Formats: sequence, structure tokens, C-alpha cells
Amino acid sequence: MAIIELRGIRRHYLVGEITIRALRGIDLDVGIGEFVAVMGPSGSGKSTLMNTLGCLDKPTEGSYVLDGLETSRATPDEFADIRNDRIGFVFQGFNLLSRTSALENVELPLFYDRSGSRANPRKRAKAALEEVGLGNRLDHMPNQLSGGQQQRVAIARAMVKDPAFILADEPTGNLDTEMTLEIMSLFQELNDRGKTVVMVTHEPEVASYAKRVIAMRDGSIVSDAPVRESRRAGEDLAAWKKSHALLAGEEGSP
Amino acid sequence: MTLSKLAGASMRSILRNKMRSFLTSLGIIIGVCSVIVMVAVGSGSQAQIRRQIAAMGTNLIMIMPPRGPRTANRLTMADIRRLRAESSYIAAITGEVRLSGTNVVGGNTYWSTSVFGIEPDYVKIKEWPVKSGEFFSDKDLTSRAKSAVLGTTVAAKLFPDQDPLGKYIRIGTTPFTVVGVLASKGSNAMGSDQDDVVMVPLDTAINRLMMDGRINSIEMSAVSEDLMTAAQSEVESILRESHKLAAGTTDDFDVMNQSQIIQTASQTARTLTALLAAIAGVSLVVGGIGIMNIMLVSVTERTREIGIRMSVGARKRDILLQFLSESVILSLLGGCVGIVLALAVSFCLQRFLSTPTLVRPSIIAASAGFAAAVGIFFGFYPARKAANLYPIDALRYE
Repeated sequence: MAIIELRGIRRHYLVGEITIRALRGIDLDVGIGEFVAVMGPSGSGKSTLMNTLGCLDKPTEGSYVLDGLETSRATPDEFADIRNDRIGFVFQGFNLLSRTSALENVELPLFYDRSGSRANPRKRAKAALEEVGLGNRLDHMPNQLSGGQQQRVAIARAMVKDPAFILADEPTGNLDTEMTLEIMSLFQELNDRGKTVVMVTHEPEVASYAKRVIAMRDGSIVSDAPVRESRRAGEDLAAWKKSHALLAGEEGSP
Repeated sequence: MTLSKLAGASMRSILRNKMRSFLTSLGIIIGVCSVIVMVAVGSGSQAQIRRQIAAMGTNLIMIMPPRGPRTANRLTMADIRRLRAESSYIAAITGEVRLSGTNVVGGNTYWSTSVFGIEPDYVKIKEWPVKSGEFFSDKDLTSRAKSAVLGTTVAAKLFPDQDPLGKYIRIGTTPFTVVGVLASKGSNAMGSDQDDVVMVPLDTAINRLMMDGRINSIEMSAVSEDLMTAAQSEVESILRESHKLAAGTTDDFDVMNQSQIIQTASQTARTLTALLAAIAGVSLVVGGIGIMNIMLVSVTERTREIGIRMSVGARKRDILLQFLSESVILSLLGGCVGIVLALAVSFCLQRFLSTPTLVRPSIIAASAGFAAAVGIFFGFYPARKAANLYPIDALRYE
């Protein structure tokens, strides 16, 4: 069963006199438990596609059914509720509230919860942070955390309401190799547990950890293929650490 | 989202920027404080004026020459005699002549003061007893005795080290014997020293010291407070008859009673209070503009935060309420600090500068309400600006 169904999605912007066709008829299905990477050079329309998938932007034309819900006629308030309820965002710049503890950051989606859930938000946020391995950093402020840790807080925030899928926009763009591998291994773990992940990236390295890669160019999908040699970020991380330790050892010897 | 959650989130965001929050509310603090202090000083002096006028006498009715240009004073001793004989609502009556800036010689020195020619009832009407010696009697009046009663200021100036009783003083060329010293009465509503006075019998003053035989004013006590109006109209008709005024002509005298004087005086004080409050109110509005200014800056600065909140599901209304409640809480906090500060300032004014102040609960409530209103009014525009941001633009904002 598909969790995302895009049919004939077009998005046109009017900049002055010129119409920019950012998306030129996208058809896409993403099923439960998939791990999709969207690739493409800048200007290919992947950010616009990401905004559309995230219900941050409305397509000019076409239909988007998210988890069985048609979104093309939703009001801005309904869009907000969909974002709250069904989508977990992970951004390139982490987008955590500054001077706000990790726990409070993760609680944020629950703060805007309108479903009337009675579950204790503090407890749920704590559980989500423990799941990403930050159970001992609950009261740390973002500026007291490394980039990788901040991104893990962001992932915990994306997970806390158990959304239909996680939408990640260049999640490793600001991270070094080690942290990139950490985050990708976390995404793979989540995906192993059945979470659907859609990730936009321009690094083939990073895309290779997904199960399916979609390439975009000029507002259209030009290729859509499963990843043949799927790699495990966790294993790569261990290997990287080993070689790094070796390098450090060589440097240390005379 | 419940109100308490909203207030809690706003509170956290205010506390995150303590210094800026304080500076933002400073305008409101000063505004609320100055409104309360100004009104407190205004109502304090109003209350003091009331007290002082009430201290002028009991159930006082005063007759004075009419005010205005080219109006002759037609009050005479005959009027007093007639009032005393014919009126039924008057308990005490005295004529009064005043001679200000008169040199009084006594002891080894002299003193420029006011000389009042009055009748013994004056003591009753003004509730102003003698401290030592005695007041002159009706007999002194008719005999045109050259007796004088000194106010404490004059007594202290002329006879600093001795008992003035029985001493001689000279007013103009006429020598008087000091028979009494008045109790101290302090300053009057206009701030002049009421003890800087020498009292002599009315008849003596008219015959020995004055030229024209006119009375400066007639003062009376009505029998009771309820009969003030009746007494006043009776006095008017007796005087009209005495002055032989034809029906339809205007009075050639002014009758005023105490409550009218209080009203006139406190009207002035009220106007002054309102003026002061209005000026202070302007500073409150300026404080509100300060809040708007900072909130606008804050919206720009926190554009990303707004984007993040929207991306995790905040509706327009949530953002609007968040910023609105921040500005309302800021101005309410400012209002509370301002109230406390105002109470302290009023207390200090009263205590150390002996400026009378009166802080009414109603003015505290009003200024707190006004502060909240300022918060809503000036917080709305920035809050709406925040709420109308487009999620994508807010998220991408650098």
C-alpha cells in the first residue's frame, strides 16, 4: 500500500513576467517501509518536491494523497494539522529552537497536538530521545550538542508523533563524514523498524544508503531505480573509525 | 492549546531574553508608575485642600463684596446688626476687616503682618481657641477696647523670649494691649501662614485703623449642616432688603458656603490631576510603542523559530496567540513592577518630601488594565506579521 501518491503534480511560480515551471508533472508512489533518496542538481525541482511532500507548499496542479488523505483542497490550518500529525521533518540546518533544551525541542510537535491525545508529552519526548541514543542529554541546549547530536534531536522530534513518514531535506549537509555515517545508520535503523523515509540529497554517497533512488532534472523524474548494492552505514562507520584510528597512530609515530 | 500552556511558553521565551524583556517593559514600568504617582499626588492634594477648607470653620457661610471690576463694597456694620437680629438659621456671625502689610511695633522690634478686625464669634466659627490669655468679649467690642490677640508667628517675632500677655503693641499710631495668644493653625489651602496675624475688635479696627467703614467680609455658622441652603437664601434676602435692592436687580454681594468653596477648589485640583494623568498616559503609550518596536524586531529575529513551529504543525492562530501573549505578559509584568514602584515612590514623597499622596485601588486597577490593553493593541500588529509568514520562507530565512 502506498503512503504517498503523487499524480500529475505541477508547480509554477510567477516571478515578475516569467513563469518558472519548478515541477512539470510528477507521478510518484512511495510504499510503507521504503527508504527513498531524491537526487538532482540544484534547480532540478527537488526542493519544490520536498515542500510539496511536506505540505509546506501547494502544487499548482495535480493530486497528492498522503496516507489515504487527499491534500489538494486542504486549508492552511488543515495543512498545519497534517504536518503535525503525519509528517516528521528533518532539515539540513537541524532547525532546533535555540536556548531550548533537547527535551523541550522534541516536545514541540506535541505542544501543537490537536488530536486530544492524553499521553504525557514529557514521557513521549523522553522515549523518543532515548530511541536516538540521547537519553543522557535531555536537558542540554542545542549549542551544547555536536552537529550529529543536534540532528539526532531533530530526528527524535520528527519521530515523536509517530508520523506516516519522515521527510529529510539534506539531513547530512552540515555534517562531517563520521556524523553523516552516524545519522545515516540511524535512518537505516528506523527504516529497518518499518519507518518510511524520504530523503533529499545531492550526495550520491549518502543516497547509496537508501533502498531506492529517484533522480530529478528540470522538474521531472528522469530515473527511478532500486539501489542494487545496499550498504550499511553502521558497518561503514566502524570501518571509517578503524582507518581513522590507524591514521592517527601513523601520525603519532616518528 | 490551553491558556496555561500558552502563557507558560510565552513566559519561557520572555525569560530566555531577560535583559531585552526588561528593557522592553521599562517603558510600561515608567508609564504605569508615573500615571499612578501623578494621580496619587493630584488626589492627595485634593484631599488636603478639602481638609483645609473643612478646617476653615463649621457650616461656614461667607458674604463678600461681588467680584469683578467696578463693583463697590457695600457691606457695613448695619448689615451685620440686621443679620444678627433677623436671621433664624445663624448660630454665630462675625464681620471681618483685613489690613494686610501693616507694621506692628512691639517689644524692641516691629513686624509687618495682617491685622484683622473681628467679633468674638470668630472663635466659634473658625474653631480657633486662644492658647493663652483670652479672646476679647462683646464688651470689648462695644467699648472699642484697644485689646489685641496675637497669632503665634507674630507673638514669636515680637516677643521671642517673653510672655506677650499684658505687653503693649502699636498698630499705626494706636497702642493696644495684648490680651491673648491664639493657638497655632498652620498654613491654609493657598499655603500662607494663618498664624501671621493680629486680631483686634471689629469696632476698634473700623474706628481707629480703617478709613471707609466698609466690612471686607461677613462670616457665619449655620445652625446645622442641613440648614445651610435655607440659611444662605435667608441671608441673601435679608441683605437685599438691607441694601434696598429692587426685585430683578442683581445682588451687590456674593454669598458662598463651605461646600461650594470645596467644590471650586477641588475642581481646580481635579483638572490638574487629569492633566498630570494625561501627560503620564502619553508615556504609557510611548512605552507601548516600545513594546511594538521590540516585538517587530523579535518577529524578524525569530523568523526561523516561527518556520520551525509552523513545520511541526503550528497554525496561524497559534503563532498569533504566542506573540500576542508575549507582549501582553510583558506589559502586564511591566505594569506590576510599575505599580510596586509607584507605591514606593508615593510613600517616599509623603514620608520624605511631605507631599500628600493618595493611591486609590481604582487607579491601580485602571492602570493595570490600561497596561494590558497597551500590550494587546501594540502587540497585535507584530503578532499578525508573524502569523502571516509563509512556512517555507520562514524556514529558509537566514
